[in-house]
Amino acid sequence: MTNVLEYLENAVRLTPDKICYLDDDCRMTFRRVAEEARAIGSLLARRGVCRRPVAVFMKKGPRAVTAFLGALYGGCFYVPLDIEMPMFRIELILGLLGDCPILCDDASLPVLKKLGREEDAVLYETAAAEETDEEALDEVRRHGIDTDPVYVLFTSGSTGIPKGVITSHRALIDYVDHLSQILRVDSESVFGNQTPLYTDACLKDLYPTLKCGATTVFIPKSLFSFPVRLLEYLNRHRINTVCWVASALSIVSSLGALDSVKPRELRTVAFGSEVFPVRQLLLWQKALPEARFINLYGPTECTGCCCFYELDRPFETEEVIPIGKPFPNAGVFLLSEEDRPVPQGELGEICIKGTGLAYGYYKNPQRTAEVFVQNPLNDAYPERIYRTGDLGRFNERGELIYVTRKDFQIKHMGYRIELGEIEVVCAACEGVSLCCAVYDREKKRILLYYTGETEKGTLLGYLKGKLPRYMLPAELIRLRQMPLTLNRKIDRKRLETEGAPEEAAEESRRLISD
Amino acid sequence: MDKIISMLRELHPDIDFETAEALVDDGILDSMDIVSLVTAIYDEFDVRIPADRILPENFNSAAALGKLVNELIDE
Repeated sequence: MTNVLEYLENAVRLTPDKICYLDDDCRMTFRRVAEEARAIGSLLARRGVCRRPVAVFMKKGPRAVTAFLGALYGGCFYVPLDIEMPMFRIELILGLLGDCPILCDDASLPVLKKLGREEDAVLYETAAAEETDEEALDEVRRHGIDTDPVYVLFTSGSTGIPKGVITSHRALIDYVDHLSQILRVDSESVFGNQTPLYTDACLKDLYPTLKCGATTVFIPKSLFSFPVRLLEYLNRHRINTVCWVASALSIVSSLGALDSVKPRELRTVAFGSEVFPVRQLLLWQKALPEARFINLYGPTECTGCCCFYELDRPFETEEVIPIGKPFPNAGVFLLSEEDRPVPQGELGEICIKGTGLAYGYYKNPQRTAEVFVQNPLNDAYPERIYRTGDLGRFNERGELIYVTRKDFQIKHMGYRIELGEIEVVCAACEGVSLCCAVYDREKKRILLYYTGETEKGTLLGYLKGKLPRYMLPAELIRLRQMPLTLNRKIDRKRLETEGAPEEAAEESRRLISD
Repeated sequence: MDKIISMLRELHPDIDFETAEALVDDGILDSMDIVSLVTAIYDEFDVRIPADRILPENFNSAAALGKLVNELIDE
């Protein structure tokens, strides 16, 4: 197998008329997904944009995923964009990609017009109605190899410029094969998708669905605010498998919804992207004593996940759920500050090697070279590893435990965020002189301290236009004076540990009550 | 009612909660906001909103939320 499209083609042979992807507006069978993807591929093949990016700027749902596959039929790699991303970010990403076809829908077309990229825009409807050119598609496939890129997914970057992780078909196939085994996906599986299409988290739903002839239901985002409605929706669609960020699961359990409605079909609950509090896990386990619970861990740079832990024993609320052991065919080990192996039980940086590694960051060799490096434990032959920047340790059972981030990059609501990126945007607002974003790990809130004449409401309005929702600080604290260290740098540690100086906190309360 | 409005204002200082009537439908309140509000209401009024009352129509406006809280206090 050399191309992820083979998953789709196999499913079309076995169950062409089964529903593959659906949401409230649209249901698509495997056959229809393949037909429309091949039509889109034909259009791209005729344009001769092989091994070039194709942006997919569409509302989440069956058509957007079909557009991804269409890009692959055209011999291209896809780059998902979302209408909920701030304009600023969309513009940066499109700028980085340069000239490329942009598959869009009625909602995103006006945005592209505003950005002056109308000429690159291709409406999904138009592309999917294109006549299929079997010869051109065969020609593209004959030249394809498994080291060709499959997608670029953008994550947050510390300089304010998003980083595009570029990954091969081979790495994705390796991931999907092993993940499907671990989750025990089969043709009876019905996934309930929660995660956005521009993150690697959605790969867990989209590709095992193709590989195993299963079904993915795209759950409307608004339901995640109303947990009883959400659980009723799961039951209505007979959803039996979910791979959600931990906070989505926590909301359901912490608001008490599991006492009112039981998600009776659910048999596999996978969670990841952040630490799942044991208190919430216990509520889920009580409601679903028969279900399997699986913790998944891994960065986008290693194609989704590289470690997993299936809950096999009771946990106490103050314990941390391990990230467990490596996926089959992934190498995971710890390095000390001095790039040496760490003794059993001690903290080290989690490093990953294997087929699942991404190529690096699109058009960013410098950043790539910083984290995709030669294995310092190997001086005999080239062996690339990825340094996650996550710190972990092995417990006495030999299970890996995630401990914290090495730098200021944080995980919040399942998203990876560089606090520096928030600061870069905030500092760009007129009337802000100094700013510092810190993360309150206990309350899981981003706090933004700033000085300057800008009112909090104005600054928040500004940030809303520039940052994705999940990066918005939970609280803005305007200080008269920023605490500084001796060498005049912002005293981040002090803000983290002590919060705002007393007079500033007073000021902050006054501003809120005003 | 004033307390409800100031809770909402803490989440989104840029919105006029006296008049807004589609807080959920317009996507102003997201799931994290709902969780914050449920917690804040418990802290402030000592009433826990049961999961089956956490519905879009009860969070679409400050008035609807205030009505819900009053009902729960009376129950």
